[in-house]
Amino acid sequence: MSLSVQKGKFIPRDREWQPEALTPAYKSSVKRSPQAALLSFPSTLSEETSPIFNNNILGPLDNDLIFNHAKPGESAIGARIIVHGQILDENGIGIPDTLVEFWQANAGGRYRHKNDRYLANLDPNFGGCGRTITAENGFYEFRTIQPGPYPWPNGGNDWRPAHIHFSIFGYGFVQRLITQMYFEGDPHIKLCPIVNSLTSKEAVDALTAPLDMKRTIPMNCRAFKFNIVLRGRHQTYFENRKEGL
Amino acid sequence: MTERLNNLKESPSQTAGPYVHIGCTPNFSSKSSYSYDLGKTMKIGPVLGEEITIVGYVFDGAGAPLCDAMIEIWQPDAAGLFPATNETRGIADPNFMGWGRSTSDMNTGEFIFETVKPGTVPGPDGVMQAPHITVWVVARGINIGLHTRIYFNDETIANSLDPILSQIKNQKRVETLLALKKGVGRYQFDIHLQGPHETIFFDI
Ligand SMILES: [Fe+2]
Repeated sequence: MSLSVQKGKFIPRDREWQPEALTPAYKSSVKRSPQAALLSFPSTLSEETSPIFNNNILGPLDNDLIFNHAKPGESAIGARIIVHGQILDENGIGIPDTLVEFWQANAGGRYRHKNDRYLANLDPNFGGCGRTITAENGFYEFRTIQPGPYPWPNGGNDWRPAHIHFSIFGYGFVQRLITQMYFEGDPHIKLCPIVNSLTSKEAVDALTAPLDMKRTIPMNCRAFKFNIVLRGRHQTYFENRKEGL
Repeated sequence: MTERLNNLKESPSQTAGPYVHIGCTPNFSSKSSYSYDLGKTMKIGPVLGEEITIVGYVFDGAGAPLCDAMIEIWQPDAAGLFPATNETRGIADPNFMGWGRSTSDMNTGEFIFETVKPGTVPGPDGVMQAPHITVWVVARGINIGLHTRIYFNDETIANSLDPILSQIKNQKRVETLLALKKGVGRYQFDIHLQGPHETIFFDI
């Protein structure tokens, strides 16, 4: 006997777990949050399919932010870290061959972007941009420097906790997700209006990466572990019995 | 027959923030180590069907265009086939990517997609849907990405039979999902995050 699986519609999103559109303490959400009820309907092929990305789009240093913007023989300044984990769906199944993009500020909290005017210096050897494609079972990893916290115009004296932005695809376009990874123990986490758009401590914990001593490379690089869960589809398992038995 | 219930929670969303370009369209704001931005070119050779350009703006509740949004679209080719690994109905046009990514212009807010008019795909219970494009919008101030669809205002009959559009109780709001034909192969599709013209967003 073997099992075959029939994939059904996407499991509806838990809107009480996800942040509300309107979170007034995060001021930019006030004029950018839809107010009408969302239109719900079961997923169709348009949502159950997703673009394909091949490894041939990747450059050799795309997953190494310490070196991918550095001059020959130089490297980015900051605490060297590995970020690694697994991209899974809600059924706990790893998602291979999916594109993961990440971007972040430098060790001083400054982004390489023309709209970022924070007085902290740019690091000439740090771009802050990387990407990878998940391996078998959804595993991914990249190397970077730990980003710094930075101030932002919101409430007068708001500082973002150190964070890395993530963009993830999956196997159906309704799985599309952008989120942020925080670092265990950062005192800015509980003060941040963007973090506080989350509805529970559990949701904040889900975005907070713990130090992972097992993956730390002695005298070289610390490691943080960050798993990401995308939506899943209803799955129905059928037993396949052989004829005549 | 057994159904396994979901046992993990989806990772919570957080805003893409004002610097989404660094990670997703790094060549848009400055030179990057990537040779090209993913999703900028949806056609990598001659394609089947009608080539179209869709332009538009994302407006906030005060009527101002967003200049820091990222918009992605996903659609089938002109024959209605998706260039996806789980497309089982046939093989899509090899020169068509199906997926596009555009950012609002940093000064004017305009976004643009050079694509093809999508073919039709079946919806719930196998009923054919009107031609449409799936849309996803993120930006600073948007806590969780917004899903919607582009339909076409020159597809009157197909739209009137579409199983999703016909579910919309306030039929006046259907027009928020229609791209307006502005000439041969040219459409305008604006997205309103709030206000009297608020776009219908989906929870699928
Ligand atoms: Fe940020």
